[in-house]
Amino acid sequence: MSPSSRKSGLRLAGAAALVLLAATASAQEAAQVRLTLKDHRFSPAEPTAPAGKPIAIEVTNLDSTPSEFESKTLRVEKVVVGGGKITLNVRALTPGRYRFYDDYHEETTEGFLVVK
Amino acid sequence: MLGALIIVFREVIEAGIIVGIVMAVTKGVSGSRLTAGAGVAAGVLGASLVAAFAGAIANAVEGVGQELFNASILILAVCMLTWHNVWMASHGRQLAADARRLGQEVRSGARSLVALAIVVAVAVMREGSEVALFLYGLVAAGGATSRDLLIGSLLGLVAGVAVSAITYFGLVTIPARRLFAVTSALITFLAAGLASQAVNFLQQAGVVTIWSDTAWNTSSILSDTSLFGRVLHTLVGYADQPSVLQVVVYAATLATIFALSKAFAPRALARRAEAPAAQGG
Repeated sequence: MSPSSRKSGLRLAGAAALVLLAATASAQEAAQVRLTLKDHRFSPAEPTAPAGKPIAIEVTNLDSTPSEFESKTLRVEKVVVGGGKITLNVRALTPGRYRFYDDYHEETTEGFLVVK
Repeated sequence: MLGALIIVFREVIEAGIIVGIVMAVTKGVSGSRLTAGAGVAAGVLGASLVAAFAGAIANAVEGVGQELFNASILILAVCMLTWHNVWMASHGRQLAADARRLGQEVRSGARSLVALAIVVAVAVMREGSEVALFLYGLVAAGGATSRDLLIGSLLGLVAGVAVSAITYFGLVTIPARRLFAVTSALITFLAAGLASQAVNFLQQAGVVTIWSDTAWNTSSILSDTSLFGRVLHTLVGYADQPSVLQVVVYAATLATIFALSKAFAPRALARRAEAPAAQGG
């Protein structure tokens, strides 16, 4: 069983490497969405974005304390320090409302990315 | 206060369960407590540094530094866990055969302990930096409620450590003969879960763009932000809305560790030595 299973292990590793190589193909032009965070609230709270193309969300934190932009449905989480600015890359989406929030202040910050 | 408790609690269990498993795996090995302790200490130090330089890290590498950093340390942990499991597979059988020799054998392979210490450090660093940033935010914001929030954070820390301790004590009640099989399986799933999280960060960074569609959505059945969901998330990498690539890499990691462990198991190596010509290498 040994040599064949060892080979299959190598084959798997090779397949994984190929997947990663293929995956690095360049992304399409992304749609821009800009958000600001002040007093732990997002503005605008319901930004819109086009469906079917990647989206770049820029978050500027106007508060002095750190926040973490997080969204389960957009599958992103990223820390933005006080006074900092981050950009999040989101995959092309189908129309719908995608909830996001500041993970450190989930009770006051909630927004929806409206994709249509 | 409750919010602070929950945030600190869930970060602590994510790191703590990993620490609990590693400590159960190395129970009885001389120097393992010290190694685990050193791993935690290095993790806390690393977490403070990561928190202090969070802004600089986020803006590095054209703005995707944070994602690449997270993906890198997760991949490091996956490699260390894989290596540990393969090492245990090639030594585990004789260890299981004679429990008394365990200490001695593992001492001779102390490098595997270093691998596990790195896993502990990386887990504490990643989750700890989020706690550090959160607490920094509380202190910086000041105000009358910040003391409440700090108390909540401390309670969250205590509760998180308690859950981690339950994991550890639950594992060590397993008879020594079975423990090896159980922890090998746990570490394999743990590694697959971390690999899937690494993929998520690479997709977020835009480094990897294929198969980014959601494979399934079970958030209404079991949310991975609920307590049970989060424990499953840490233990076996459960996600309620994974991407297709996450699922593929998860399965590939499981298969790879399983195949490598099989290939390096003593019985397999012995058979290969017996009939090298017949198999043709």
